[in-house]
Amino acid sequence: MIVGIVKEVIPGERRVAATPDSVTKLKALGFSVLVESGAGLAAGFDDGAYASAGATISDTAGAWGAPVVVKVRPPADPEVGHLHAGQTLISYLYPAQHSALVDQLKTRGITAIAMDQVPRTTRAQKVDALSSTGNLSGYRAVIEAVTAMQRPLGGQTTAAGRIQPCTVLIIGAGVAGLAAIGTARSLGAIVRAFDTRPVVREQVASMGAEFLQVEIEEDGSGQGGYAKEMSPAFIAAEMALFAKQAKEVDVIITTALIPGRRAPILITADMVRSMKRGSVVVDLAAEMQGNCELTVPGQAVDINGVTVIGYTDLPSRMSLQASLLYATNIVHLLEEMGGAAKFAIDEQNDIVRPMTVLKDGVLTWPPPPPPKPAAGAAAGTSAVAQPASKPAAAPKPSSQPAPKAHKSHGHGEPSGPPSASTWWLLLAAGLALFGVGLGAPQNFLTHLTVFVLACFIGYQVVWSVTPALHTPLMSVTNAISGIIVVGGMVQLGGGLTSAASILGIAAVFLAALNISGGFLVTHRMLKMFRR
Amino acid sequence: MTTSLLATSYIAAAVLFILSLKGLSNPETARRGNQFGAIGMLVAVLAVALHAGVITSPTLLGALAVAAVIGALVASRVAMTAMPQLVAILHSFVGAAAVLVGISNHLAPAVELAGAERTIHDVETYLGIFIGSLTFTGSIIAWGKLQGVIRSKPLMLPGRHVLNIAMIAACVWLGAIYLRDGHAALPELLIMTAIAGAIGIHLVMAIGGADMPVVVSMLNSYSGWAASAAGFMLSNDLLIITGALVGSSGAILSYIMCRAMNRSFLSVILGGFGAEEGAAPAGGAVVDGELVPTTAADVVRQLTAASSVIIIPGYGMAVAQAQHPVKEITEILRAQGKQVRFAIHPVAGRLPGHMNVLLAEANLPYDIVLEMDEINEDFPTTDVVLVIGANDIVNPSALDDPSSPIAGMPVLHAWEAASCIVFKRGKGAGYAGVENPLFFKPRTRMLYGDARKSVDAILALLKA
Repeated sequence: MIVGIVKEVIPGERRVAATPDSVTKLKALGFSVLVESGAGLAAGFDDGAYASAGATISDTAGAWGAPVVVKVRPPADPEVGHLHAGQTLISYLYPAQHSALVDQLKTRGITAIAMDQVPRTTRAQKVDALSSTGNLSGYRAVIEAVTAMQRPLGGQTTAAGRIQPCTVLIIGAGVAGLAAIGTARSLGAIVRAFDTRPVVREQVASMGAEFLQVEIEEDGSGQGGYAKEMSPAFIAAEMALFAKQAKEVDVIITTALIPGRRAPILITADMVRSMKRGSVVVDLAAEMQGNCELTVPGQAVDINGVTVIGYTDLPSRMSLQASLLYATNIVHLLEEMGGAAKFAIDEQNDIVRPMTVLKDGVLTWPPPPPPKPAAGAAAGTSAVAQPASKPAAAPKPSSQPAPKAHKSHGHGEPSGPPSASTWWLLLAAGLALFGVGLGAPQNFLTHLTVFVLACFIGYQVVWSVTPALHTPLMSVTNAISGIIVVGGMVQLGGGLTSAASILGIAAVFLAALNISGGFLVTHRMLKMFRR
Repeated sequence: MTTSLLATSYIAAAVLFILSLKGLSNPETARRGNQFGAIGMLVAVLAVALHAGVITSPTLLGALAVAAVIGALVASRVAMTAMPQLVAILHSFVGAAAVLVGISNHLAPAVELAGAERTIHDVETYLGIFIGSLTFTGSIIAWGKLQGVIRSKPLMLPGRHVLNIAMIAACVWLGAIYLRDGHAALPELLIMTAIAGAIGIHLVMAIGGADMPVVVSMLNSYSGWAASAAGFMLSNDLLIITGALVGSSGAILSYIMCRAMNRSFLSVILGGFGAEEGAAPAGGAVVDGELVPTTAADVVRQLTAASSVIIIPGYGMAVAQAQHPVKEITEILRAQGKQVRFAIHPVAGRLPGHMNVLLAEANLPYDIVLEMDEINEDFPTTDVVLVIGANDIVNPSALDDPSSPIAGMPVLHAWEAASCIVFKRGKGAGYAGVENPLFFKPRTRMLYGDARKSVDAILALLKA
């Protein structure tokens, strides 16, 4: 099985889909690799490096002729012409926006895998190119902002006066947003962040930013880790918040995307005009027409002294690292597809299936919906939504589709519906009670009632005992089990006249030993516990 | 004293006992809880003595007084490290008392019963004596093992399961005879008592030292059930309630301990680590690497540079009585502004909560003594971990080596810290006979020697 790595033709695109390092890994998976001459030059890898990693350098037609063609950007019109039936194309496709391209590819009869359609699951993270580049974009967004600004981000007190720290507002705390928070923080800025999903608040706080809130309580967590549509009241409150913030902050970085749709407008022209001169807006959603009304995709424009940056090639501006990450994502994907030996589109594979847009010329997109998270809500029409990215840096992605079963260990009580064995147990207990009820005398049943209820009380009370006090618990229960003394006393009768009373007094003796020893030693232990 | 007054006294005592257990939910209220328990006991004893008309009996008063004084003396003298033994021996008293009460009741039943009532009463008597006897001998063996009188290695008789089943079958058979013959069947009753005692001995002999937390809490539970059975026998609701409280408390503790070791209750009770003996050392991957020894001076250097320290105490600390110098070290480090905390594994020591009691004895504030679940995720951000006399509870192979005999047991993630120092007597494996890969990790250093001496040396250097 041969993999062709082709050169990107879109102007300004400097990335490449394989690196010498990934070529080695692909070869280990059993693939032969054809690299189009000059494909990696802009990212810092020359043909020689690929050749020494074991790749074969070929011309354009050769690389496009491989059974598996891998690239970064969606194919441009002339590139589509290279493709023929039976080939597999792996690249970004954005099928929702590029329906014409999908039609073209369909008539070619190829299989197309979209790197932008990776499901948002823990297992798929290794393939998730949007997350890996989102991280870089977030970093770069801050760097671009600093470059455009006429001052540093961090504050200082110097002999020549005080340098005021800048305040940065980051809208959307996905992967890119969190990376931007981290970068801005490490450069000394005061960072505020906003997101409609309350679950990310902790992540924002952990990165050292202040989490802004609107007064309306609403959870924006949607399907598959994406944010969902918010109510009009929420949007109004949110816009008011942005308008207020725009007057205060020095940098706004927006990262709000809705999968497959135009990015929501969050920063209006009026807000930009209200910003201080010298401020910067970096719009990471520029490729999807932008979160800022004045964004010009691909350019930086000056509005009354405020720079609005709409670069769409931020990952490409860090092409070396972006290529390394993307190439690793590709290696993981090809491994997931079975390597060279068992290369196939497996309909059952939960990573590959959602990414498959075309299979042998048959449209297989959109895929069946992914499992919903517990608080599931459908994504709706346009509104403010967050970038889709599940934060790679976050410790516990809580908004992901959960795997089928959760095993609860809390107090050993089964959660969820009772299992078959529970029902059998209940049935057995019921039958036992029935049997006892048939034969037993009234007197016994009264005692049994007391016994069963006492067991339940004991169960409830003892579970609340703190583990640190388990030893005192044991000695105090031991002391009160000395209540058996009562049994001995009842047997005592008058004096030591019979064997029964002698045994009784012996029992009293032992039990009393137990009582005084147990309570005293418990008292001694408990006295030691101090805060 | 009327019967009604007796009944209300019982209610008062039962409520006080429940409040006593409830009080233990928090160290702040625990002492009051203990006092409630003692008051409840006083109420019960007085009420029964008045009702039975034995309040002035010199025999009773003498027995109570002498026993109370002996109990008090023992309780005030015992060292905190010997707590497991004391609890075990006290359990045996309850078991013995239950047996005595049962036989006494057989000899002189309060009322003559007939028909179904008699059968039920006989079953109660028989069962009460059975549990009591088992608790009695089992607790004595547990005491012996904890005291070191009996070697703590599990005793594995060939065909031990068959033996147990045969003994239980014999008890059932004798029970059938007892139910038939009733009062005349005293020999059968006594033989059964002896067999039950043998079962108790055999069960506990087969259980190793590290499983003692389970055994002690199990015996705790049995002593409760024995009291409960006596209550049924004597138609005494207070005994039933108290026995049920104690019984369920012990059962829950056993369950908690078993869960902490990821083992089923049955496998602990039936004894032995894993199914077959001799398999334990064979199981588990062979560990490569080197044990790197260190010195007290180096440990002090590390502690001085650290800003956060977690101390993991184990049974070794209890044996070496090292809790007091450990506390002094903690105070010095805390005075230097370092964060020092203790991580307690549920089965550390020989008794549930054993380590907490020892640290409390050393006067350490309980809010820096944390449970496993509270502290486990903090290890990666910790500079130095001191493992003092613990082994299996910090063994990473429980998590990553399915072939290990302790696979699946939750452990403290000591290896995630920047540096880990293990205080260990010698180079042997832990109780479970399992090699501990933690000791071979590149960030782990071994401080050999008696824990008390090592800790003292560190303390001296810190003070210098």
